[in-house]
Amino acid sequence: MSVQTKAEQTPVPVETITVTIDGIEIEVPKGTLAIRAAEMIGIAIPRFCDHPLLDPAGMCRQCLVEVPDMGNGRGMPKPQTSCTMECAPGMKINTQLTSPVAEKAQRGMLEFLLINHPLDCPICDKGGECPLQNQSLANGDGESRYEGVKRTFPKPVPISAQILLDRERCIMCARCTRFSEQISGDPFIALVERGALQQVGQYAKKPYDSYFSGNVVQICPVGALTSTSYRFVSRPFDLVSTDSTCEHCAGGCQLRVDTRHGVVRRRLAGDAPQVNEEWNCDKGRFAFVSARGEDRLTQPLIREDGELRVASWREAIDAAVAGLAAAGSSVGVLVGGRTPMEDAYGYAKFARAVLGTNNVDFRSRPIGAGEAEFLATRVAGRTVADGVTYGELEAARRVFLVCFEPEDESPLIFLRLRKAVRKKGLQVTAVAPYLSTGSRKLNATLVATLPGTEADAVAGLELGAGDVVLVGERAALAAGTLAAVADSGARFAWIPRRAGDRGAIEAGCLPGLLPGGRPVADATARVDVGAHWGVDSLPGADGLDAVAMLAAAASGQLDALVIGGVELADFADAPAARDAVEKAGFVVSLENRISEVTERADVVFPVAVIEERSGTFLDWEHRPGRVNTVVDLPRAPMTDLRVLAALADALGRPLGVRMASQALAELTELGAWDRPATAKTAAAKQRRAAKAQFPKGERVRLATWRELLDAGRGQDNEAALAATARKPVARVGTELAASLGATDGDLVTVAGPGGSRALPVVVCPEMVGATVWVPTNAPGLSLGDLRVVHGDEVALRLGGGE
Amino acid sequence: MSDTLTPVLTANWGTDKSWTLKAYRAAGGYAAVGKALKQTPAEVTGIVKDSGLRGRGGAGFPTGMKWSFVPQDNPNPKYLVVNADESEPGTCKDIPLLLASPHTLIEGMIISAYAINCHTAFVYIRGEVLHVHRRMQQAVAEAYAAGLLGADILGSGYDLDIIVHAGAGAYICGEETALLDSLEGMRGQPRLRPPFPAVAGLYASPTVINNVESIASVPAIINNGAAWFAGMGTEKSNGMTIYSLSGHVARPGQIEAPMGITLRQLLELTGGVREGHKLKFWTPGGSSTPILTAEHLDVPLDYEGMAGAGTMLGTKALQIFDETTSVVRTTLRWNEFYKHESCGKCTPCREGTWWLVQLLRDFEAGRAVEGDIEKLLDMCDNIGGRSFCALADGAVACVTSAVRYFRSEFEAGYTTPAWELFPYERSALFPVRTKQLVTSGEGADA
Repeated sequence: MSVQTKAEQTPVPVETITVTIDGIEIEVPKGTLAIRAAEMIGIAIPRFCDHPLLDPAGMCRQCLVEVPDMGNGRGMPKPQTSCTMECAPGMKINTQLTSPVAEKAQRGMLEFLLINHPLDCPICDKGGECPLQNQSLANGDGESRYEGVKRTFPKPVPISAQILLDRERCIMCARCTRFSEQISGDPFIALVERGALQQVGQYAKKPYDSYFSGNVVQICPVGALTSTSYRFVSRPFDLVSTDSTCEHCAGGCQLRVDTRHGVVRRRLAGDAPQVNEEWNCDKGRFAFVSARGEDRLTQPLIREDGELRVASWREAIDAAVAGLAAAGSSVGVLVGGRTPMEDAYGYAKFARAVLGTNNVDFRSRPIGAGEAEFLATRVAGRTVADGVTYGELEAARRVFLVCFEPEDESPLIFLRLRKAVRKKGLQVTAVAPYLSTGSRKLNATLVATLPGTEADAVAGLELGAGDVVLVGERAALAAGTLAAVADSGARFAWIPRRAGDRGAIEAGCLPGLLPGGRPVADATARVDVGAHWGVDSLPGADGLDAVAMLAAAASGQLDALVIGGVELADFADAPAARDAVEKAGFVVSLENRISEVTERADVVFPVAVIEERSGTFLDWEHRPGRVNTVVDLPRAPMTDLRVLAALADALGRPLGVRMASQALAELTELGAWDRPATAKTAAAKQRRAAKAQFPKGERVRLATWRELLDAGRGQDNEAALAATARKPVARVGTELAASLGATDGDLVTVAGPGGSRALPVVVCPEMVGATVWVPTNAPGLSLGDLRVVHGDEVALRLGGGE
Repeated sequence: MSDTLTPVLTANWGTDKSWTLKAYRAAGGYAAVGKALKQTPAEVTGIVKDSGLRGRGGAGFPTGMKWSFVPQDNPNPKYLVVNADESEPGTCKDIPLLLASPHTLIEGMIISAYAINCHTAFVYIRGEVLHVHRRMQQAVAEAYAAGLLGADILGSGYDLDIIVHAGAGAYICGEETALLDSLEGMRGQPRLRPPFPAVAGLYASPTVINNVESIASVPAIINNGAAWFAGMGTEKSNGMTIYSLSGHVARPGQIEAPMGITLRQLLELTGGVREGHKLKFWTPGGSSTPILTAEHLDVPLDYEGMAGAGTMLGTKALQIFDETTSVVRTTLRWNEFYKHESCGKCTPCREGTWWLVQLLRDFEAGRAVEGDIEKLLDMCDNIGGRSFCALADGAVACVTSAVRYFRSEFEAGYTTPAWELFPYERSALFPVRTKQLVTSGEGADA
């Protein structure tokens, strides 16, 4: 990879000015707001509408300060809102600490805020962590002089299935409406009416179905906005908070996870300025109850007379070892995206050092030609320091999205891009079949591209060193696209979908890669890793990828499979995957819930869910995010790593690590491969021979991606969240709609080799040529079952039915 | 006393169908446009600056200086917006002017827009005055038909479009930045400043917002010269202006006179306080300006004179109240207006007016308790100068000034209902049923 200077590495000299706050001189960057400057010297000015990530509003008037000198020798006649006032050179500011005027103004403001606020703190979810409550104690009077009539409203009003509004508690800070407009770009809520009857209102015909709606609950400075999932669930002071990292995508969001009585009650966005700032998406916030159903596995299972039955750990380990010992190295190891890097390392080491095979792959999804090589040469072994980061996205001039839909596939990238578009003039270009809702909110330019031909589109972009390309994992399905991005001359980042994917690459969960990006094909690398692991030699033969392993297991070429964290419906050909696991000679499954794999396995080991364990997720930037044990149970469930270690022990070839901390230490000690990648880059550069054939007749090209909220199993058991998902539709262009005779809302049937599904159609004027877009994994619609992937041809016809 | 009158803006109001283009032209109208378009925009601005014309909407900011703040190097279009959202209680000057002589405003707009290099100008008319809206639209249509608007006005090469826009009935939209939000199609609430409208106003472009009377004064200044205008009025408050008198006055209406006339003179011109009564208190410029009493009858009604008396010239809306009037009830009625019109954006105004009304109702009903006057004044102190815009300053101005001059009437509110001290039918100018008035003072509204 050519080395280019990153924008954020060049320090920009900051112009500073000096101001005096409460008699203390302080140097601040030009443009600093007075309230921020005061924070720098530890002076907390009370505030409600102010939020550092929202534009200043000056509405609540709580942060009034006195300005005896504007820096020109003249004072301000009236107290000023410190949240809107930029510091000027030589300015003198007196806060409530030194100015009786400011102190009285603030005290008076709190009294006003409370006259129409119900004093229902004892039954309010916010009570105990409420800025209004806290600041009333710190800056207000103990008693109110108000003896009049309080304003009341019927309550609560659901503004979406997920968010409830108690209007009488609202103090009109407009943080929620400003967040919706400025940050997420979903202005479905707004202040309506006037005077004391002003309230947050919504468009009557459209609920507040934003992917980011939970943030408004978090930033509400009172209990006016609550979530259906947490309302009346706990008192803040009864909660135990633990920092962690979100497991739902590769965004790396830091979380605060709150538990009570050993159960996770809610999750909040953590404060991580470099990553998610102070936001997260609704999936990360609300989808944490998937393992609370009856399908949670708590006991090992073994198959006896065709049926799974509960077994003791010893019995199950004996059974698994018997099967694996019989298979020798004729085993395939499939590891899915839920596993932290330490567990992935366990699988990688288990395959190589214990089983003696390179058949290990984390890609339990459609796999493209040339992808493994791209990952080995362009992704593996890198660090945050040399990759694209959130910060670089914000500073970039132009960002190109290739086979990547940030709002659905990595929502915090979407928020960061939107911030840059709004604040810094970033230009976003989407190489996509049509301009999606998310792209519209990014003001993106569309390079309308027939699915599967993205490589040509990328080649035509004329990218330069100042440009950044974000390429999604489904680019591997459009031949040559990954290579085209790699060779484009732009800086780029590969954005996998799942939280564990980046760590799995570093851990060595690709057939051709050992930990740290070491190529299996390189004998020195094998010796290097073998020496670290204390094994005589590591297998040098080419390993099989996930799809090949399944095929080999189905045909009897592989004797056994070890599978963890894999959903069979995620594969390009789901029926074939099911068939392969069914037919495989011997299957060991490590899983936390009953799945299509456990139902077909011979031995099933129950493993921990995310809140019961620790570990590390590497986000798309390669930045490590710590997963902490949130729920510390007396008999903690086993991790995948611990089960693998037990199996290895029983096989007589110890794994050497059994705890996440040991695995991480060993992986860190191994470090990244410091030699040039020896992969056969020439092959990757091969473009598809002919330009994709333009589909004819009713056969059209399929465009698809996973929407943020869909049938993913990690979102199970959270009905309110599911209710805010986008309704599954089939999108077609005007011409195609006309030739089908379809208008908005008509049912059309999308058919692949595996079957067909009917969906209501939405006509999208800018959709490229003969293309239909459908979601990959909507409830009742898994494209794996249709046996089609992005870029394939599908048949499309008007009407429902098979 | 007729020599104190200086009819300029009102000169043609009495002519037959004065609102038509024909009548306006017959009275010499549109002569100033031809004159102005032969000069450079900077020269026109210079004349207005030299005339000393100050904003007639209440704040009194020098009009020519406001125009010169427009950054001419800004690549965005420049806009002129005329604030015709006349809603201040007691104020009645722009609406009669637009009814009687809309072409005066249009002529002023052409000259003013030319001075700031603006090619699209707006008139934002108060939503409730539909008849004025129609008359203005008709006048603009006439002006287009006569080639006074549109492309190449009078062959000068200068183009101007005027858009007449009706508000939806919100006092706050008279605040210039709320007006801009409303004009852009949003909910009218004041904007954060900076940026100021002169730099980033309508559609984030340089914008001049002027009152109807300010812009309507421009043609006369162009016709007669800056010195003529500056020759009228007082040292720092130049020119003629329209005073509107209402309330307990024998002949209410509009009086056009030089700046600095006194209320005593104005009352002489309008027949004095109604027969058999004497002046108790009055507002110099609508309900948002602190009230004055009979002791201020000889204070000059100009910007400086009023400031010296602890109040403001405002819109020169003189509401006259005689000795039959309860100052407590008057203050309450004004505050009911401010509570109803508070936009809700900021805390002190939204919550403060809600509270003030309830407390003033206690005073009116004789339910107030010892210490409530201090509470009232302390609340005013926590509202005034603490709010986002000046609406709340207006709301408390009448309260604090009323307590200043008539504290004993508020003290009476600790024991006696105002309607017993000042039977309301005595202050009414038309027959009323006492029962209704008493009950209207009771209970809380939503």
